[in-house]
Amino acid sequence: MFKKISILFLSVSIFVGCNSSEEPEPTVTDNFDRQAMLTNITDNIILPAYEDFSTKMNALKSDGTTFASTPTLTNLENLRTSWLVAYKSWQHIEMFNLGKAEELEYSFYMNIYPLTVSDVENNIATGSYDLNSSNNHDAQGFPALDYLLFGVADSDTAILAKYESTPNGNNYAKYLLDVLSQMNTLTEQVVLDFKSNRDSFVTSTANTATSNVNKLINDYIFYYEKGLRAGKFGIPAGIFSSTPLPEKVEGYYSKIYSKDLALEALSAVKIIFKGDSNTTSFAQYLEALNRGDLASSIKNQFELANTQINTLNVNFSEQVNTDNSAMLKSYDELQKAVILLKLDMLQALNVSVDYRDSDGD
Amino acid sequence: MKKKLLKYNFKEQTNAAPLAVFRLFFGLMMFASIIRFWANGWIEKLYLAPEFHFSYYGFEWIKPLGNYTYLLFLICGLAAIFVAIGFKYRIAIITFFLSFTYIELMDKTTYLNHYYFISILSFLMIFLPANATFSVDNFINKKQYKNVPKWTIDSIKLLLAIVYFYAGLAKLNSDWLLRAQPLKIWLPSKYDLPFIGENLLQQNWFHFAMSWSGMLYDLAIPFLLLYKRTRFLAFLVVIFFHVFTRVLFPIGMFPYIMIVSALIFFDAKLHLKIIHFIKKYILKGNLKTTIFSNRIAANTNIKSVENYNFSRNKRKIFVPIFTLFFAIQLLLPWRYLLYPGELFWTEEGYRFSWRVMLMEKAGSTNFKIKNLETGNYFMVNNSDFLTSFQEKQMSFQPDFILEYAHFLGDHFTKQGHKNVAVFAESYVALNGRLSTRFVNNTVDLYKIKRTFKHKEWIVPFQSEIKIKGI
Repeated sequence: MFKKISILFLSVSIFVGCNSSEEPEPTVTDNFDRQAMLTNITDNIILPAYEDFSTKMNALKSDGTTFASTPTLTNLENLRTSWLVAYKSWQHIEMFNLGKAEELEYSFYMNIYPLTVSDVENNIATGSYDLNSSNNHDAQGFPALDYLLFGVADSDTAILAKYESTPNGNNYAKYLLDVLSQMNTLTEQVVLDFKSNRDSFVTSTANTATSNVNKLINDYIFYYEKGLRAGKFGIPAGIFSSTPLPEKVEGYYSKIYSKDLALEALSAVKIIFKGDSNTTSFAQYLEALNRGDLASSIKNQFELANTQINTLNVNFSEQVNTDNSAMLKSYDELQKAVILLKLDMLQALNVSVDYRDSDGD
Repeated sequence: MKKKLLKYNFKEQTNAAPLAVFRLFFGLMMFASIIRFWANGWIEKLYLAPEFHFSYYGFEWIKPLGNYTYLLFLICGLAAIFVAIGFKYRIAIITFFLSFTYIELMDKTTYLNHYYFISILSFLMIFLPANATFSVDNFINKKQYKNVPKWTIDSIKLLLAIVYFYAGLAKLNSDWLLRAQPLKIWLPSKYDLPFIGENLLQQNWFHFAMSWSGMLYDLAIPFLLLYKRTRFLAFLVVIFFHVFTRVLFPIGMFPYIMIVSALIFFDAKLHLKIIHFIKKYILKGNLKTTIFSNRIAANTNIKSVENYNFSRNKRKIFVPIFTLFFAIQLLLPWRYLLYPGELFWTEEGYRFSWRVMLMEKAGSTNFKIKNLETGNYFMVNNSDFLTSFQEKQMSFQPDFILEYAHFLGDHFTKQGHKNVAVFAESYVALNGRLSTRFVNNTVDLYKIKRTFKHKEWIVPFQSEIKIKGI
């Protein structure tokens, strides 16, 4: 009897796994094509976003050159406009910490805020500085331009005065040009590198901590959590400090663009997640794993956050000072999506992350 | 069954070879594990880099020893080698047990069932005459034993049987059997495995087949190994099962340890062959000219004794220890029944119970430090204090959450913050369910004491997909 039972157990436990099912079930191969997803995100989102930013960065630099040589009010207005256009475009690529961008720490040179004004003024005054030094991360990029174009003096006339040429040239103009050319050079390198590695990039779909598909997912969530939720909302609203820090908003000196920039960033995040008829993306990936419930929860949460942010003052700094509770509400809505992305989505995709570098049992 | 147990003859003697081979392989495996752990940089990463360590309740005094932690691993590794060759065996195995267990108690972030298995197995081995034959101690004592009491070998079999059988029992639940969770999450994500990744591992029926056969394997394998006529086939299954799981999951040395351990179920004939093989091809071949080998050659003065018998005094001590030890092993996994609520959710009574790879659980837990008088608060950045691995483990285990909350409370109080209260914003997702709130965010965790009592502040498991079973 025992023998029979044991043989039964054995045969079940070994052969159930190896036998193909006798029931007429359709043979499913891996029901989601990660390479198609990666290719689509690369070709339809990342590359166009890089192209777009690259063009706008060029325009920004050339308007900067014009302004530096001829500091008129018209040229200042033009420069400010192209700064905003480029800054919005930047919101679509900040999350891609891939390849050359990761190697150069691209985003650290482009958008570290709050700006350390004393460093900027000191650099300008001494005229000797190294923008490649990590000590100057918080003295360049879009936040530095924000200061140089909007905050360096109280009125437009006073700002223009700062750029008036002297017999020895003008330190402000020089700094402006150096910052622009640093941003432009880095951008060219990153975009060029990404384009030339496009073909190998899209084939790296293994489930390892270093594969591109996993890095993209991790970068995406990291950006959403740190760049968007914490940087644009949580930190100025005082979530991580004893008191609110209204001076830490993005676009602090231009004042009226912090909401625009934040909404732009959220829309970039939504585009990546949703995909559409052309681009399979994270939402379709979840649907393929029978987690359509999660995909729609995340989309809904993004919309709720969007609605909440829309109620805010265009000037986040002012919003924090007058009614921080509205700012906190926006943070809470964004935070709910962090849970869904970081916890539920990562679990559903079972993405390998770097700290899994030890045994499980 | 009971009658059989009662009839068990504690006087029966059996050949000592299986115990010696077990000792040798166990020691070597442990040595390899220590080397691997060290070489992977895990001593630094898991024990030296973190500034805060999660302790087991009652063992808060056990912490990493700074750079001396390396010394601890060195001692543990040397002890493993001494165990392997049977040199000063009793001292070596005690040293191994103490150092290994100390290592495991330093930080519960790294808790693994198989580390616990090693600890209790090495504890058991302290009382076994594993150096009776084929050991360096034979030369030192000029004495070797042909036979040892049969129960010494059977005690190892019993422990292995408990591990497997309880692991099988733990799988008798609706998530494992009826939803094929968590394999339904884990297997498809191994899509990059050659041959099977993109087809077999994606099949729904395969997830169920793996769940059910895993359960049947765990429940049946001890009996199939005990029963002579199925033993060889069962051993092949053991190899297949553990190698397959090794391919699928990052489980380190554990599969090999279990494969080698299963050899204990075989007759002495096999072990005598192994010893013979080692003597003939490894020891003689390599050590011909060494002093050690000369002593082997000149070992005619080693007295061969027929039976190893425990002295009356030893018996008096060992019998109650063994009884207690196995009683604990049999009862401890059931302690979860004393707690209300869903075991997988609260994890009260989850560890030390052979619940191996049983669930995919993840959490997101952030802490709010609040001044109770002014109502001002701020959120803590976990990465300021925890490694990403610690944060991951902390985020879904209530005892971790509480311990960390106290650490944060103490830390910020010391920093000069007043009227500190600590609240947790915690969400957990279990086996593919949507995440829900895990900790009552109105409870000041800083005021909650650590105990073994039920944690009232855990929000009860709310999912409509309940978990039923053992």
